[in-house]
Amino acid sequence: MKPLLSVRNLSTRFDTFDGSVYAVNDVSFDLKAGETLAVVGESGSGKSVTMLSLLGLLPRSTWVTGSAIFAPEGFELDLLSVSKAELNSLRGNKISIIFQDALRSLNPVMTVGEQITESLITHHQYNKNGAHKRAVELLEMVGIAQPDKRYYAYPHMFSGGMRQRAMIAIAISCTPDILIADEPTTALDVTIQAQIVELTRRLQQDLGIAVIWITHDLGVVAGLADRVMVMYGGTGVEIAPVDLLYENPGHPYTAGLLGAIPSIAGSSADRLVSIEGAPPDLFQEPRHCQFAWRCRYVFDRCWKEKPPGYIISPGQVVKCFYDGREKTPRVEE
Amino acid sequence: MEKLLRVENISKYFDLKSGLFKFGGAQVVRAVDNVSFELYKNQTLGLVGESGCGKSTLGRVILRLQEPTSGTVYFEDTNLSLLKPEELRRFRIKMQIVFQDSYSSLNPRHSIGEIIAEPMTIHTRMTQHEIRARTYELLNLVGLKPSHASRFPHEFSGGQRQRINIARTLALYPSFVICDEPISALDVSIQAQVVNLLRDLQKELGITFLFIAHDLSMVKYISDRIAVMYLGKIMELAGSDLLFANPLHPYTQSLISAIPIPSPQEERMRKAVVLEGEVPSPVNPPAGCVFHTRCPVADDLCSSSEPDYSEHNPGHFVACHYAAVRRVE
Ligand SMILES: Nc1ncnc2c1ncn2[C@@H]1O[C@H](COP(=O)(O)OP(=O)(O)OP(=O)(O)O)[C@@H](O)[C@H]1O
Ligand SMILES: Nc1ncnc2c1ncn2[C@@H]1O[C@H](COP(=O)(O)OP(=O)(O)OP(=O)(O)O)[C@@H](O)[C@H]1O
Ligand SMILES: [Mg+2]
Ligand SMILES: [Mg+2]
Repeated sequence: MKPLLSVRNLSTRFDTFDGSVYAVNDVSFDLKAGETLAVVGESGSGKSVTMLSLLGLLPRSTWVTGSAIFAPEGFELDLLSVSKAELNSLRGNKISIIFQDALRSLNPVMTVGEQITESLITHHQYNKNGAHKRAVELLEMVGIAQPDKRYYAYPHMFSGGMRQRAMIAIAISCTPDILIADEPTTALDVTIQAQIVELTRRLQQDLGIAVIWITHDLGVVAGLADRVMVMYGGTGVEIAPVDLLYENPGHPYTAGLLGAIPSIAGSSADRLVSIEGAPPDLFQEPRHCQFAWRCRYVFDRCWKEKPPGYIISPGQVVKCFYDGREKTPRVEE
Repeated sequence: MEKLLRVENISKYFDLKSGLFKFGGAQVVRAVDNVSFELYKNQTLGLVGESGCGKSTLGRVILRLQEPTSGTVYFEDTNLSLLKPEELRRFRIKMQIVFQDSYSSLNPRHSIGEIIAEPMTIHTRMTQHEIRARTYELLNLVGLKPSHASRFPHEFSGGQRQRINIARTLALYPSFVICDEPISALDVSIQAQVVNLLRDLQKELGITFLFIAHDLSMVKYISDRIAVMYLGKIMELAGSDLLFANPLHPYTQSLISAIPIPSPQEERMRKAVVLEGEVPSPVNPPAGCVFHTRCPVADDLCSSSEPDYSEHNPGHFVACHYAAVRRVE
């Protein structure tokens, strides 16, 4: 079956006063209808810029190359070559995005209900009464108690968790094909995070939405994702089904990340495991493996070329020359 | 154990008089509500709680960057609220804060060397030569290189910028440092680096830390004791290992049970306590126990009367009518 979204060789560069920032470098991935793809990586690794590139939400002096074929039922187009107007009509309709900071994305002087209603009227030709009714239903769907009363509340009267629910309500109001969730739970405590994860999972099953969930928390990923893409220095260094990734990580960075998760069972006196070194400098165009500086397995080839994607198990693609399992360099297929 | 800091019944309320609240007159945000605890020398107290529960406000009030609405803070038996501005300035040198946002707390136009040297230039009579030597020493201390001194903030990653922040904070040999979510935006491997660094610095320099976070699992590895905050109040405070082994408050119990497990199989199998409901607004906090609206084991007593915050076992403080009697399963 054709993937719903097929991104190939996406690269994004910002031209700034201090020089160019190579924020996204040669990212490729597929998203199937109805699945959850988690995107993991540290701050600055290019997770948000990847998604913003697809949605055309970046400032002017930005260079985006590659292709992103979006193929829902009935039509097919390249998100990176359509007009701004076409993208705008897809956004909030076929593809929705929720951001980390819900308070800043909600309009402070409009009630939460009005904001959902407005989205329904502009995107879906609802009339006023129909939209109001549907908005209350949506608030109920995302688990907001007394939705008919809360319809009239302003965003600041909602807690962090409720605001994220309201954002989700707006995002799913159009029953999109793809929901992009950019670290929606990072600011919340684990109990609220668990609620939001549960909610997203349920909505996804009921409505058949494909979800791209961005996070730097590998714990959340384990319970949520079908597949995971790990990003490092603007590159997707590994993509794998979630079970495989945890059992048999193929990239040294993935392995390092998994090793650094603190265990709940450990003693507070234990020393945490970390990956030594610092993330790469994005001011240089990458000409070799971005992880080479920090990699324990680095050898001469890693400094000479950019590793291509190697398929090491069904569905598991790794951009690394080193074959961790056999302790030998990988050979080209 | 020697006490460094004593916080007694600290409250911080904010009046909301903005135009958004047209109905019902002025309202009050109870950001911090009657909080008391002690901090021992050379130890780390972790402070956890979700966004908006009052952690940063508490930190700022302790340093008197904001005046408390009521309550007292003692630093080595000195009542900070009685200090005159000139005396307070001298104390401030001993008490530092690392802010959550490493980007905006570093001036983009200043080199790393200038940023780290700034407190020494302002507060001491050190010579240029001494300042440079100390700057290099600090860079080494936090795992950066002296050659980094001439570079600018945008050339560094989030983890490195946090190290620069920490270096500046340590310039004047503080005895007490508040770290306000210094690692929340970083990936786990870099979080681990910073946590290990802070632990090493504590051992080497004998610093007392208040470490603010909303992630319990990482906090455990830096804290000797942990305080759990909810809606402006401390719900429970205990030694780190004890808190995880025997949490007495239903909120702590649910927090621990909701920590995601980094294993897909286990994560699918397990039954976490999914707490119902939302965190109520600090503008109109619930009567009785502030947690009762979400507590799975609450009853009429909890909604009508506020539990005392008291020492349940030696060193284990909790505010719950049914501490250790009822458990969240
Ligand atoms: N408008 C811009 N101009 C220049 N550089 C930018 C711009 N936007 C982002 N960047 C840079 O691109 C890189 C990738 O940023 P991005 O926001 O995608 O990171 P992220 O992985 O989402 O991180 P986080 O977890 O902190 O949200 C960063 O180094 C960032 O500084
Ligand atoms: N100057 C202010 N005026 C009004 N309300 C305020 C002010 N400062 C903070 N608050 C409110 O006080 C409460 C506590 O805020 P605080 O920043 O201390 O929370 P926090 O626990 O540090 O959250 P986070 O994890 O998001 O940093 C919040 O409800 C906040 O909106
Ligand atoms: Mg981001
Ligand atoms: Mg804060």
